[in-house]
Amino acid sequence: MNWNRLCAMARKEMIQIRRDARSIGIVIAMPIVMMFAFGYGVSFDTKHIPVYVYDQEKSQQSQDFVKRFQASVYFNVVKTVQSYPELVSAIDAGRCQIGLVVPPDFSKKLRSGQKVSVQAIFDGTDSNSASLGMSYTEAVAQAHSQQLQLAWLRGRGQGQPRLPVSVDARTWFNENLESMVTIVPGVVAMVMAVVGTFLTSLTVAREWERGTMEQLISTPVTPLEIMLGKLAPYVVIGLADTSLCAVMGVWWFGVPFRGHIWVFLLSTLLFLIVVLSLGYFFSVVAKTQLAASQVSLIATFLPAFLLSGFMYPIDQMPAVVRGITHVVPARYYMAILRNVFLKGSPVLTMWQDLLGLAIFAAVLGLAATRVFRKKLA
Amino acid sequence: MSDSGNAIELNGLTKSFPGVRAVDGLTFAVRRGEIFGLVGPDGAGKTTTMRMLAGVLAPDQGSATVAGFDLTRDAEPAKHHISYMPQRFGLYEELTVDENIRFYADLFGVPRREREERSAELLKAAGMAEFRSRLAGKLSGGMKQKLGLVCALIHTPEVILLDEPTNGVDPVSRRDFWRILYTLLDQGVTILTTTAYLDEAERCHRVALLHEGRMLFCDTPANLKASLPGAVLSIVCADPRPVRDLLAGIEGISSAMIVGDGLHLVVRDPQRMIPELRNRIAAAGLSCDAIEQVAPSIEDLFVEAVQGGHGQDRQDARDDHGGQGHTEDREHQGGGR
Repeated sequence: MNWNRLCAMARKEMIQIRRDARSIGIVIAMPIVMMFAFGYGVSFDTKHIPVYVYDQEKSQQSQDFVKRFQASVYFNVVKTVQSYPELVSAIDAGRCQIGLVVPPDFSKKLRSGQKVSVQAIFDGTDSNSASLGMSYTEAVAQAHSQQLQLAWLRGRGQGQPRLPVSVDARTWFNENLESMVTIVPGVVAMVMAVVGTFLTSLTVAREWERGTMEQLISTPVTPLEIMLGKLAPYVVIGLADTSLCAVMGVWWFGVPFRGHIWVFLLSTLLFLIVVLSLGYFFSVVAKTQLAASQVSLIATFLPAFLLSGFMYPIDQMPAVVRGITHVVPARYYMAILRNVFLKGSPVLTMWQDLLGLAIFAAVLGLAATRVFRKKLA
Repeated sequence: MSDSGNAIELNGLTKSFPGVRAVDGLTFAVRRGEIFGLVGPDGAGKTTTMRMLAGVLAPDQGSATVAGFDLTRDAEPAKHHISYMPQRFGLYEELTVDENIRFYADLFGVPRREREERSAELLKAAGMAEFRSRLAGKLSGGMKQKLGLVCALIHTPEVILLDEPTNGVDPVSRRDFWRILYTLLDQGVTILTTTAYLDEAERCHRVALLHEGRMLFCDTPANLKASLPGAVLSIVCADPRPVRDLLAGIEGISSAMIVGDGLHLVVRDPQRMIPELRNRIAAAGLSCDAIEQVAPSIEDLFVEAVQGGHGQDRQDARDDHGGQGHTEDREHQGGGR
């Protein structure tokens, strides 16, 4: 291997990236756009569910009950309607997801110590939101009942009542259980899987398409020099892109960064070798930019989205699918990034994931050196 | 360098693509310091031959030696001594003239000082000295070809392979091009070039005519012209097509080709033929201006070789095809034959 030829390849590649508007777009715009799209788009939190209320009594007591919904961040009482059909049409039209009906004898039954039933109608077309809404509604009703009961006990001179068992919950690493905090490190891994592969998928195919390959392979440059020279600029760009995503995650999305920076850089470097080699591989095999970029999108995006633990927890997958996740390199990187951002636990606890990444980097890197032939056709 | 004094040797070189045998047992040799021309219609196998000699395409059968290296074994070491300029512009359009030159100089391990001297010299000869910082993509067609040549010559090659280097190049650039090539010949470099311009082929020391992957002739331009059976008659006329159709297949005319201002005929007995041609054209109600004997060009030779057959087969072939098949427009030569 000749160092000067390698440098010549890398320098040439860098100039091409710098002068090509589309490359600049992929390098800078693609990670930023994807960070925003996934950071905000993929939210598992259900908040501010729109609620319509049909209060048939309009007493002090019924108003107190409705105000509890208003006070909760999970609900947004949009409107109070005057008839049942109005409520039904609001649900039909999707203006609200929950319709709350307070019966006309709400306060009367309460006073007489009877059980009151409040009707709640859920829009079940989004079953996830509906089931969350249902449990939130029950929780609000329960809290209200508890308060009424305490007031009633106190009124009868029972003094300070004692509550039975209670759970003192502490959520570590994500104190407020915001899904964005768990999503963002995953988004960084997703973005780099897609961008990394996409970047190099164009590089060899472009030479074939523009006809520069024929002249290039007539020179003494070796396949290894071509590959390393082409990948070197993208390793630098990839590290910069990942850092950009990490900075966005911390400063914009407010995600903590508790681990060591060098664990982050080491795992990123290994992952970049994996995805850049993969993109290079596709580029060499496909020979057209369109085919190479499409194959690389499909081959990285879907596994990284579905099988890396980003969308669905790996330990809850069926055994077969769980087995498949072991050949998805993004899985290891995702686990390391979550740890580095949220936990900051010792490096040794991540050795399996680091080893997994290293094996993939070695295998795919070697495969990429073998795939290119200095011959036409 | 091989003992024989040949810079390039082909021995039964063969390459097939699905459905077509592009190069079919090609055997010839190019001597050191020679400029050798490969001519022939599109699809004759010129580009495939050049690609194999440049080491970018593996032959199916046969062998080739370039600059003393056997290409089937040592294609990679041979590349240090070969300059190859492909038919399609192979430089980077996003890079400037200087950046392209530097890239190829680095790939061939040319030291910086040598690169600067050589590129200044070559760019001056190409008339491109003031375009050094222009992007290659913004150059004209002729400039691009000349830059391709400069990049190919930035190291000191023993053998230069040029595939239709002056295709689509303006006359001024073509002249620059040839001047650079002749300078290299003085330095003992061997040049193998393909060309679609037969007037350029006449500038070569020797020429090989390729047709359907085989070699029809290989000799000096002068000997080739002398070997043309018969003489070339030029008929100047405004509308050559009906005249060509009229004369095709007449006894004594072995080929007819439409050229810029009329027709070229290859005939056996020009003096007897001229009055007969005048009579026939007039009798058919067509018109023509001058009919005269001209010096044969390689183009005439080529068309004669492809249309009229060659060697002993000619008479039989003519009888079989009844004459009509021997006459084709030049632009159809590369087609279905």
